[in-house]
Formats: sequence, C-alpha cells, structure tokens
Amino acid sequence: MSVMSSVLLLAQEQAPAAPVRAEAPPVTAIWPILIVLGAACLSVLFEALLPKDLRWSFQVALTLLTIAAAGVKLITYVSDAPAAGETAMFGTLAVDRPALFLWGTLLALSLGAVLLIADRSVEPGGSFVATAAIRPGTVQDRAQVASTGMQTEVFPLTLFALGGMMTFCAANDLLTMFVALEVLSLPLYLMCGLARRRRLLSQEAAVKYFLLGAFASAFFLYGVALLYGYAGSVRLADIAEAAAGSDRSDTLLFAGMGLLVVGLLFKAAVGPFHTWTPDVYQGAPTPVTAFMAACTKVAAFGGILRVLQVALESTQWEWRGVLWGVAIVSMVIGAVLGLTQTDVKRMIAYSSVAHAGFLLIGSIAVTDKGLSSTLFYLLTYGFTTIATFGVISLVRDSSGEATHLSQWAGLAKRSPLLAGVFTFLLLALAGIPLTSGFVGKFVVFEAALSDGMGPLVVVALVASAVAAFFYLRVIVLMYFSEPAADGPTVTVPGAFTTAAITLGVIITLLLGIAPAFALDWASSGVFAIR
Amino acid sequence: MTPTYYLLLSALLFTIGAVGVLVRRNAIVVFMCVELMLNAVNLSLVTFSRINGGLDGQIMAFFVMVVAAAEVVVGLAIIMSIFRTRRTASVDDSNLLKY
Repeated sequence: MSVMSSVLLLAQEQAPAAPVRAEAPPVTAIWPILIVLGAACLSVLFEALLPKDLRWSFQVALTLLTIAAAGVKLITYVSDAPAAGETAMFGTLAVDRPALFLWGTLLALSLGAVLLIADRSVEPGGSFVATAAIRPGTVQDRAQVASTGMQTEVFPLTLFALGGMMTFCAANDLLTMFVALEVLSLPLYLMCGLARRRRLLSQEAAVKYFLLGAFASAFFLYGVALLYGYAGSVRLADIAEAAAGSDRSDTLLFAGMGLLVVGLLFKAAVGPFHTWTPDVYQGAPTPVTAFMAACTKVAAFGGILRVLQVALESTQWEWRGVLWGVAIVSMVIGAVLGLTQTDVKRMIAYSSVAHAGFLLIGSIAVTDKGLSSTLFYLLTYGFTTIATFGVISLVRDSSGEATHLSQWAGLAKRSPLLAGVFTFLLLALAGIPLTSGFVGKFVVFEAALSDGMGPLVVVALVASAVAAFFYLRVIVLMYFSEPAADGPTVTVPGAFTTAAITLGVIITLLLGIAPAFALDWASSGVFAIR
Repeated sequence: MTPTYYLLLSALLFTIGAVGVLVRRNAIVVFMCVELMLNAVNLSLVTFSRINGGLDGQIMAFFVMVVAAAEVVVGLAIIMSIFRTRRTASVDDSNLLKY
C-alpha cells in the first residue's frame, strides 16, 4: 500500500516536470550545427556524384544556402531562447547566450570568407589549385595555373570546419571540445595546402600547421585526461565543482589545467604559442587565411572563455598570474615583431598575435563585463580581418598576389579607392576612433580596469601604440611613395569579393559609430550552464 | 600492482613523444611521435577510468583512437604531397617561409 502511494506521489511530482521538457525539445537549439554538418556531408556527396563542370556552382549555392539557413534557424531560436540556456545532445552541448552570440558571429564571418573562397574573378579559376595531386614545378602544373578549374573539395572542408567551430564554442564537456577541435582543425590543415600559385609555400604552410597543430592537440588531450583523473568527469561544471572544494591532488589539477590551456592558446595564436601563425598565414591561400584568421580566432576564444569562466573559475587565482604574463608576451611579440615584417600577410599575422593578447586580457577578467567585451571584440576583429585579406588578394602582379610591402609603394596613385579602404581597415586594426577596433579595445580595457588589472591595461595601451606604428607605415607607404615602374596592378574584384569586402567595411564602420546594438547582444547573458 | 605505475608510464611515454617531436627531423617520425603522445594519453585515460571506477575513460580512449585515425589520413596526405614535391620529408628542408 505504502509502495503504491509513494509511486503515485512520485508520478504526481514528476508530472509537472514533463511538459517543460516537451516545450523546448533539445534539438531545436542545435539546428544551426546540424544544418551545417548535414550540408557538409551532402557537399561531399556532390563531390562524388556531380560532373566536374557542375560542381563549383552547386557547391557555392549549397554553402551559401546552408549558412543562410543556419542563420535563419539561429535567429528564430534566439527570439524565444530560454534565458537560463539549455543543454543538448545528452548534456554535451551548452546552448546559452554567449554560445548563440558566437554562433551568429561565426556564421556571419564564414559568409564573408566563403564569398572570398568562391571568387573566381580575381584569380581566373579561383585561388585554389585545379588538381592538388599534380606536382608543383612540372609541365602539368604550369598548365593548371592557366586552367580554370579548382578543387571544389574546399567547400565541404569549409563547412566541416565551420561545424567544428560552432560545436567547439558550445561544448559543455572536454571530450566534445577535443573532438570539435579536431573537426575544425583537420579541414583547415588541408585547405592551407591548396593554393593555386606558390604551391611550395602553400604545402609548407600545411605541413607546419599540421605538425604543430597535432602537437598542440596532444597537449590539450593530456590536459583533458589529467582533469578527468582529478575530477572523475570531463563535464566543465563537474570540474569546477571538484576544484572548488576537495582534498584531491592539486598536481593533477594544475598540470591538467596548464596543458589544456596551452592547447587552447595555440589554436588562438596567443603569445609564445604563435610560432606557426606568420608562416601559415603567409603560405595559405588568402581566402583561407581570412577564414582561419577570423573564424578560428572566434572559436578558440569562445572555448577559452568557456573553459576559464565555467570550469576553472574557482581556481582563477592560480592561473591568473600566468595568463597575465602570457597576455603581455603576446602583445609585445605581436607589436615588436610586426614592425620588422616586409610581407603584408605576415604583418597582419603578427597583428593578429597582438590582438590575441588584447582578447586574452578580456578573457582573464572573469566578470560578466569581461565576457561581453571579449565577445564584442571578436565580432569587430573578425569582420575587419576578413575585409583586410579581401583587399590584400586584389593587389597582384604576374606571379600572383604582390604581398611584399615594397610593391605596395604608391598604391594610392594607382587605385585611390583600394588605398582608402585599406587605410580605413588598418586604422580599425590600430583602434582609431570611429572604427569598430576602437570600441572593441575600449570595452575590453574598461572591463579589465574594473577588474583591477590596471598595469596590464597600461602595457596593452603601449603595445597598441607600437602596433599603430606599423599600420601607419603601410599607409604612409601607399600615399607618400612613388609607385615602382613594374609595380603590381589592382584587380577589379567580381561580385563575390566586392560583397565580402563591403560587408567587412560596413560592419567595421557601423560598429564604430553605433555599437550599442551589438554590445547589448553581447552582454545579453552569461555562461548559464554550470 | 597499483594503477599509479601506469600513470607514470603514460607520463614517460608522453614525454618521449614530446621530446621526439622537438628533436627528430623526419616529418613521418615527428608524426609518429605525436601518435605516441596520443596513445600515452589513452593509457592514462584508461588508468584513470580504473581508478575512478567508471567507464567514461575507456569510452574516451575510443574517441581518441578515431580522432587519431582521422589525423593519420590528413597528416600522411599532407606529408606525401610535400615529399613528392621535394623528394624529402625532412622538416628542416621546408624553410621557404621565414622572418
């Protein structure tokens, strides 16, 4: 009798809980990821089944439609998303406000990057090799430079990488994070090696990126294993709980934490773990560099933010000092080595290392403000970078892109418009008022100051002043030097590249003048799944 | 035998792998050292699984194996392409990108 009544009681207690679950079935939250990864699989089928001359148009249409569809799904979900966030896929994905913001940012940035990747007007046939298997330097290779085909596999690779990035910044446990890290990295390694011109450089970039990337993910994974040994679970919340109050071995915790963070910092190209960045940015095809520079940074910092703020929040006094140092090293390396560069793409790579330092300042301010300012900074930096690499791809000579700085001398006389746009973008990277870069730096430094990191902000200001010098050097070179006689020409871009650059420039300007909308969105919520 | 010995063994294997990545010159050997690091992690995952008394760690080791297999596919493809071009897989010879 008593058993019966207790069962009834239980049933009564459980009854109200059921409809809440039915109201928001877990899958609605992760539609954007499902769409992107599903379309990536479909895109692989296109490669296998479609005749060669149809592939490019089908792949471009599919990729753009996918990003649009995922964006629409995201927007419809955001409007009635629960403020407390929700988990999906048996608790392995946490869909909360920051994750939704990062997804939106990633989708918008990848739209720009895909437009650059798909462009076939700037370089006849596109910036990607027609047949990657042909050996560079042979007769066949010279023939393929003139041909108009391209390896359309780059589109499914882009979609897989994008799906991995979106999963990475929503991962609620470290195993999901590791798998997502590999899903985003492996396609990028391949994409780096697919340049149509200067294939030796491109292949070398792929090898370097791959070996160093695999090395770093092994560190990440060992960190995961040690934290699993420490906490008995890889769920971020469980690690935080175990670290908050327990008499377990601190060795496991600190060693695991250190290795994990090293793996993450490598992906984000921060500080002393940046050594791959300049080589890979220079060697990879420029559209891929744009995709990597913007989207990987967003995903990696999304992961760093979640790990630091959810799993490691209770141990912040242990890691904070170290990351202070890392942020300083990153800003100094980026600013000082950027000064000595003679190649535009390498220069932007070092600038991205400096920016990673600024982003890290926002990430180690473990406050709501630190989170929202870092998210906003990622948005602004991504769009500026996409447009910058779009512009870089337009300055060409007979051997391909003219990336050496001396070739950019006097470019304003050849093409005032391009020089004007590039000047604006460089000023945004430097953080001059009326550009998004200024607002981004301002909110990050403000968050850091209010969290008691005054000295770090002073270092950051000095570093951004030094970095501003090398951006200004390019501007001076473009406007006040005589153009070389056999200098590069500025290609008139087709619709795709024009659209990507315009998108980047407009958003850079818009976020510089009226940032309130994006700032509100960035600060609409914190990591709610703990 | 206490599980701690397995953890020490796994740390040792991981270190050998890491040192190998840093000192070896052949891209294939460097890559094998990375694989050694991943497998060292597998050993510690399984050991921790035993210590913690759950199956999570063993499941994770399967995930790591799958990821490592995918990494082999991508890695060997990239190393092959650079070997066919340069007739060498030495990481010292890939030196066009610098400064």
